[in-house]
Amino acid sequence: MNRFAFVKAQTLAEAAQASATVAGLIASSAGATGGGSVVKAGGIDLLDLMKENLLAPDTILSLRDIPDIDTISARGAGLRIGAMATLAGLADHPLVRDRFKALAQAAAASDTPQIRNVATVGGNLLQRPRCWYFRAKEFDCLRKGGEHCFAHSGESQYHAIFDNDICAIVHPSTIATVLVALEATVELVNAAGVTRRVRLADFFVSPSEDPTRENDIRIGEILVAVEIPATPRSSRCVWLKQGQRASSDWPLADVAVALELDAAGKCTHAVIVLGAVAPVPRRATSAEALLVGSIIDDALTKAAGCAALDGVTPLTGNRYKLPLLEALVQRAIAQALTTPGQSRQAAAQAL
Amino acid sequence: MIDAPAMRTEHFPFGIKGAGLGTVQRQVPSDEPPPLPPNAELVQIGKPAHRQNGRAKVTGAIRYTVDVTPEGMLNGMILRSPFPHARVRAIDVDDAARCPGVRAIVIVAKPDDPHSAVVRYVGAPVAAVAAASMAAAAEALALIRVDYEPMPFVVDMDEARAPDAPPVHDKMSAPAGHASGFPAAAGLPIVGNIRGPAIARRGDLAMGFAEADVTVEGEFRTSVQTHCCMEPHAIVADWRTDGLTVHMSTQFTAGVRQELAKEFGLPLNRIRVVVDGMGGGFGSKSSLGNYGRLAVQLSREAHSPVRVILDRKEEQTDAGNRPAVLQYLRVGAKRDGSLTALEALSYGTAGIALGASAGNFAQSIYACANFESAHNDVFINAGPGCAMRGPGNTPGAFALEQMIDELAERLAVDPLALRDKIDASPVRHEERRLGAARIGWDRRHATGADAGTVKRGVGMAQSMWGANVQTNAACEVRVMRDGGVQILSSVQDIGTGIGTVLAQVVAEVMGLRPEDIDVRIGDTDFPAGPPSYGSRTTASITPPARTAAWRVMQMMFAEAALALNAGAGELIARGGRIYVAGDDKRSIGFCDVAAHLRTDRISATASRADDYGGYRRSMQDAALAQQDLGGAQFAEVTVDTETGLIRVERVVAVQDCGRPMNPMLTESQVQGGVLMGLSYALFEERIIDRGTGRIVNANLEQYKLVGSRETPAIDVILLENYQGRSATDAYGVAEPANIATAPAIANAVYNAIGVRLRSLPMTPAAVLMALGKVPAETQP
Ligand SMILES: Cc1cc2nc3c(=O)[nH]c(=O)nc-3n(C[C@H](O)[C@H](O)[C@H](O)COP(=O)(O)OP(=O)(O)OC[C@H]3O[C@@H](n4cnc5c(N)ncnc54)[C@H](O)[C@@H]3O)c2cc1C
Ligand code: SF4
Repeated sequence: MNRFAFVKAQTLAEAAQASATVAGLIASSAGATGGGSVVKAGGIDLLDLMKENLLAPDTILSLRDIPDIDTISARGAGLRIGAMATLAGLADHPLVRDRFKALAQAAAASDTPQIRNVATVGGNLLQRPRCWYFRAKEFDCLRKGGEHCFAHSGESQYHAIFDNDICAIVHPSTIATVLVALEATVELVNAAGVTRRVRLADFFVSPSEDPTRENDIRIGEILVAVEIPATPRSSRCVWLKQGQRASSDWPLADVAVALELDAAGKCTHAVIVLGAVAPVPRRATSAEALLVGSIIDDALTKAAGCAALDGVTPLTGNRYKLPLLEALVQRAIAQALTTPGQSRQAAAQAL
Repeated sequence: MIDAPAMRTEHFPFGIKGAGLGTVQRQVPSDEPPPLPPNAELVQIGKPAHRQNGRAKVTGAIRYTVDVTPEGMLNGMILRSPFPHARVRAIDVDDAARCPGVRAIVIVAKPDDPHSAVVRYVGAPVAAVAAASMAAAAEALALIRVDYEPMPFVVDMDEARAPDAPPVHDKMSAPAGHASGFPAAAGLPIVGNIRGPAIARRGDLAMGFAEADVTVEGEFRTSVQTHCCMEPHAIVADWRTDGLTVHMSTQFTAGVRQELAKEFGLPLNRIRVVVDGMGGGFGSKSSLGNYGRLAVQLSREAHSPVRVILDRKEEQTDAGNRPAVLQYLRVGAKRDGSLTALEALSYGTAGIALGASAGNFAQSIYACANFESAHNDVFINAGPGCAMRGPGNTPGAFALEQMIDELAERLAVDPLALRDKIDASPVRHEERRLGAARIGWDRRHATGADAGTVKRGVGMAQSMWGANVQTNAACEVRVMRDGGVQILSSVQDIGTGIGTVLAQVVAEVMGLRPEDIDVRIGDTDFPAGPPSYGSRTTASITPPARTAAWRVMQMMFAEAALALNAGAGELIARGGRIYVAGDDKRSIGFCDVAAHLRTDRISATASRADDYGGYRRSMQDAALAQQDLGGAQFAEVTVDTETGLIRVERVVAVQDCGRPMNPMLTESQVQGGVLMGLSYALFEERIIDRGTGRIVNANLEQYKLVGSRETPAIDVILLENYQGRSATDAYGVAEPANIATAPAIANAVYNAIGVRLRSLPMTPAAVLMALGKVPAETQP
């Protein structure tokens, strides 16, 4: 690891002086990693990249001292989550547990306790992928500005089964799966103090748009908060993960389902998001379409699980993810049906 | 001519407690202590004494090798090959040598030496640097310019077997036998990348199969497992004009000293090897290793102490591993279950090294007159394997114990009943009985009969391991004039708590408490102790500890006899005092006796006497006891048939270690064995990228180890098995505790889902595949 200057930024404006994004640095450096300044939140991902020599910034701007960007607070019946809130803070916060239990569960099931105590919501959403070719200096792959994807002909058991023709990463953030299902928005501030709000789903960048970055953060932008609106379906939201292990392991796949049912039990709105199976959290639109307009029974649940695989293009090593994902989707739908949705009245009261 | 030692006849406790404990008569050398009664009659031995260094471990006070930082110490780092097979055409260290803080450079891959110029795996050492700081050393490594000429390579065992596969070794580099692996027969032919076959046979195989009413066969694959010691490999070498001192995390201080003497041409009395705290070895810290050699070379060149610590990536690539084995088994049996023929063909790979066999498990565990095994070592361009907890028999048991279950099913008998028929071991017979009762074998349902998507299963498997003894093992016991007691031996505590056990042994003999004994171990300045591998530490060092303590006590009794006005033979030691047996009023304090000693201290050094009644086999410094160590493990699992996830809920491990010396420490070792076996069964797999020969998961994030949430309830049942073979009658348990776990889980999985998993690890992908749930590839 290189030597670097460590600056404790006191204000957003100071932090926004960062000269580069991590993705930008890695993609442009083509092997030579020196230079530039980047921001650091918990530092878990940053340090991983620096230890592997993928990144050697001159300056690290810590966001830790900047006031008021780590709080979790109510926004009407929704939530505003400061980007510097930790995963442990998210998992334990009464408002999160009360309003968006699935999110608290996803945070609690990420990483290890030690990492959750340090890792932040912002850093988690912006972390680089875990593809083992990406993470090893020796492989100059497409995502690092190189020529090709090693996973296509290589070891692909943990890679994407959707949208993987260019680069086969899976999006690393576990909470992102739920946040997309909850229709969250991210709030970013740039050096000029201008605020930009983007739907999280639109913030992520797929390989066909640009294989060298996973999101649309720009140089000098600081992610300050994630906002979750209260919607009729957000209270009937379920998240399920399947890892190879339960201890400190990444999902082989995870699924978030949010359903809105009318008084007769008919599904009026469905959001199904698939995690760890595609380069960005993936909406299972054909499965959603199947559910809307019907009373969801076992057969429909099964069909939706099947439909969630629409468009699948597995690699040699990861075909097992198909039945696994199908099962998870079915289970998540079944659980969402029995999860009590918040009545509109209760939602209104919270406003 | 040396006279044969005088012998006397003694009667020892004999048999398994709870299954008929009797006595056996044996001839013992007259300078050995009297028979040790069963544990129930003892005060210290067999009691769950706390690990003496437990507090130091959990508070961080204990000193590991990485904590040793002598004045002026340099940091050594190793430059490693990025290519799986390459010739080093040129190496330029000039810039590195000019780097500030650099004090020594050693070149391993010398371009003008055809032997060392070729690197054969990613991670093979190319050069090493010692510098004032780790940062300076890393900087210097980056400045070494190496011109590699890449050569064709192969990292897949099946591909390596092909006749046109790129050769891994040439004539000069091919290991001859016993080299880096364990255990490998010597002097076998090498054709392509295949060395072998090593053949073992008895009886007439063809006739055996002809006699069989039922034949079962199967192909089994086990994966490469790495040792994953919590404490990395580390050494601090300090080469001085008057001798060499080495602090090293090692399983064998005395062995490392021997190696150093040979490699560096030093006399043994000028070498000292020391280890204090250790965080595991599991076979990977048995010898000096290339990093150890480099540290000594760097220190010699820099005239300063040099520390080398492997990082996790180096641990995963170049610190040894358990070889992968492919086994084809065929078993023939009569209707009544008796085995008529057993055939085992195997191919294993220990990377560039030897010793990837499936052990002698199939050969020895069950009675079968007609047997043949043929093993082949296959070379690939990967880091050398080495011994790992139950080498050979661990993959061997994974295959055979499933095959035996399959045979039981074909014969429509219970797997336990079949084993009762074919397994002659009374130890395992008792273990099966105890284990079956504890797990609730009778509630085990018919295979695949559990309803629902998550299915429950129960299975069992057995282990067999030789009871090893290091005959070259000694220790010294001292009593000081103030009553202080020391025990000294170069035996090292790999983490199992042997120091605590030694204190118990000495305390038992001297009528003291374990905490009264000052245990000094892990230092070759003390009498040579055994290695901590081959499950032999306790078997080898506790008998001489008791003998030495007993001999010192004879001197103490002689002194006390004067004070008590009694015969020395009438005296006993208890509760810190020496009594006239049967007369509680006539006693004297241990310290008071010591105060009268003629010299500041008295001492006795004892070496390991041969097992009473002799050994099955003796080899140089080691021997194999008459009886094997048996084990039986039972597993209860659930299998999610939709996600493929296996959860092990419970393991019952019934183990034999002769006399359990400290049940708490022994149980903890068994738990470790079970967890390691579970991890092998479900998670662990070294993954090498075929395109580049690089390990893609050389870290503990993607190389998956069992974690706290995968830890099942583990019930340990220890047999008390007395054989009257030594002064303590203790044997080992480390390896036996690891051998049966994976096959027990595999048999339980089969019981749950009715589909056999014949490959490790049993991941969700493997389960879904076995259940036929993974859609086939559609395009060609
Ligand atoms: C063993 C292990 C297991 C893990 N398991 C999981 C898992 O199961 N699920 C999961 O989701 N993750 C997992 N992770 C990843 C971990 O959660 C992330 O690395 C962590 O959340 C990153 O957060 P951080 O605050 O430390 O980010 P940092 O490392 O500080 O930053 C990450 C990146 O974001 C940028 N950045 C951070 N904050 C901001 C901001 N506010 N504005 C602008 N840019 C910013 C940084 O410049 C950097 O590029 C695991 C990690 C490890 C090591
Ligand atoms: S999947 Fe993406 S990150 Fe991984 S090797 Fe391919 S291009 Fe690189």
